[in-house]
Amino acid sequence: MTAQPTTEALVTPPAPRGLLAKIWHYEPVKRPAWQEKPSLIVTISKVVTLVVVCLAVLFPLWAVVLTSFSTQSAITQAGGLVIVPNGLTTVAYTQILSGGVVTKAVGVTVFVTGVGTALSVIVSVLAAWGLSRPGSVLHRPILFLIIITMFFGAGIIPMYLLVSGLGLINSVWALILPTAVSAFNILIVRNFFQSIDQGIIDSARIDGAGEWRILATIVAPMSKPVISVVALFYGVGYFNAFFNAILYINDNDKWPLQLVLRAYVLQGQSFVNSGTLDTVALDQAQPASLAIQMAVVVLAVVPILVVYPFVQRHFKSGILIGAVKG
Amino acid sequence: MSVITPLGPAVKAMGEEDIRPEQKARAGRPRRKSLWTRLKQDRSLLLMTLPVVVLLIVFAYVPMLGNVVAFQEYSPYVGIPGSPFVGFDNFSRLLQDPAFWHALGNTLTITAFQLVFFFPLPILLAILLNSLMQPWLRTLIQGIVFLPHFFSWVIIVTVFQQILGGAGLISQQLRDIGAEPLNIMTNPDTFVLLLTSQTIWRDAGWGIVVFLAALASIDPSQYEAAAVDGASGWRRMWHITLPALRPVIILLLILRLGDALSVGFEQLILQRDAVGAEAAEVLDTFVYYSGVVSGDFSYGAAAGLLKGIISLILVLAANKVAHMFGEAGVYKK
Repeated sequence: MTAQPTTEALVTPPAPRGLLAKIWHYEPVKRPAWQEKPSLIVTISKVVTLVVVCLAVLFPLWAVVLTSFSTQSAITQAGGLVIVPNGLTTVAYTQILSGGVVTKAVGVTVFVTGVGTALSVIVSVLAAWGLSRPGSVLHRPILFLIIITMFFGAGIIPMYLLVSGLGLINSVWALILPTAVSAFNILIVRNFFQSIDQGIIDSARIDGAGEWRILATIVAPMSKPVISVVALFYGVGYFNAFFNAILYINDNDKWPLQLVLRAYVLQGQSFVNSGTLDTVALDQAQPASLAIQMAVVVLAVVPILVVYPFVQRHFKSGILIGAVKG
Repeated sequence: MSVITPLGPAVKAMGEEDIRPEQKARAGRPRRKSLWTRLKQDRSLLLMTLPVVVLLIVFAYVPMLGNVVAFQEYSPYVGIPGSPFVGFDNFSRLLQDPAFWHALGNTLTITAFQLVFFFPLPILLAILLNSLMQPWLRTLIQGIVFLPHFFSWVIIVTVFQQILGGAGLISQQLRDIGAEPLNIMTNPDTFVLLLTSQTIWRDAGWGIVVFLAALASIDPSQYEAAAVDGASGWRRMWHITLPALRPVIILLLILRLGDALSVGFEQLILQRDAVGAEAAEVLDTFVYYSGVVSGDFSYGAAAGLLKGIISLILVLAANKVAHMFGEAGVYKK
């Protein structure tokens, strides 16, 4: 394709300079001449506020992660969450990942998140391109059909009746299909497509490329940033989904991770975790050890932490700002 | 500013201004193709939208029609076609049900608390962050506070329980020094404060990111000019910063109003057992428990439909008010 150089010129990824590099090369920023120097009290209260805010986020996470790696004796000694390292072990993780309820739940969540995200992204990108050319036939009514769903939801009961009517109760597809399309994400992608330089696309059309080919070979590669942001939104949504699971999944063999979290960590049910046992002992008297509970929490947080730097990279771009709704 | 409007794309989608000059030129040529020719010409574009259209029809529009059960005495054994119509019986039953009014009251109380205690916080923090001179520090703090927004409610509630619960970290420390442990997680009287602080922990960072973006769009030369003219820091904030934030604040208020009747089904259902239905019953949980759990589908659907319609009216009304004050709001006509 002759469009290659232009493509590169259009997509200018922000040079990601690492945080460490920034600290290393740190130089105090010069205050503009017109700006008065803040008083000491103002500076101190600013610093205190920001430190408190950051600690409020980081401290609980630290305690949770540390506890999940702590030995039983360290937990007993602390009388609960461990905040100072005192005997570390990974036994909680080997225990929950050696088969059984949690392992199964991880499988369900991985399937739902992977397949769901792929499906959602594919249909959304296709629809966004299909609706991006102004003046194409029927694009207005279809757009209208999509936008209405942002303002009026059907409600819990009709959704439940529909899903049970389709025979999807206790099926993993009930965790995917009802939330597969987000009008909002389609509009974000469409907006980006419309901002692409039309010259390239028009010349490809003149050269005889069909819409499918234009989308696959020119538009999609140019739109990697926006597609990855939307994929992230869908992915986080599927991964965190709890509402649909509680509505549609009764069989605890098909529980996603979030429901396991609720049962064993929040409600303190114990789980017998010997070999391939899939029955759940609803024994309230014997809660799972705190390390195991916190390890399940960490399992549900780690994927978010892994993808988080990618969100961070898009902080500056208008895409994310326009997109982070609720 | 249009970048910041979450519904910016929607606005543009419906407006006329998205037709590009070259398109206008093309449209200007006297050429009127028949619908059939145009359908054939754009068939690949239409085919691309097909999966989304099918998914939306099945999982959004069919259930919208499914709200008809609200006007029926629905029985799962005979389905919608076999169930008798009862008119507005379910709705009149609903309006006489104290439990419904109680759920509505709880919902509105929670919304009010969140508006007063949660809503202004990100604005203040964003202004504070924006005053930092070092960009990397701003990015770092922003990154930290934005993180919990991506956690599920199960995790949020678990973390709160482990820190503030009766067996949690703070209670442990209190017990060690011989004080009474906390019972924040199970106390119905302070439940609304607990909910608000959870929402703050999870979503303040999101608000900060949105408001920081709005602040970044302010031209610094405005501040410089004002400072040269002798305006103090407070006056600059009042006359430059806050007016720049106004459209975003109004937009978020409208969106919040549209959600006034939905206060987080997941957040509430996770804690309903701990604090009891008295404090934790909101409209969404009312729909779920009366409809799905008790099996009175028609009754639950009536409550859900009422909620959906009122929410829609609230958004439209708020948007109208915003227009009257000369703001863009969520959408333009």
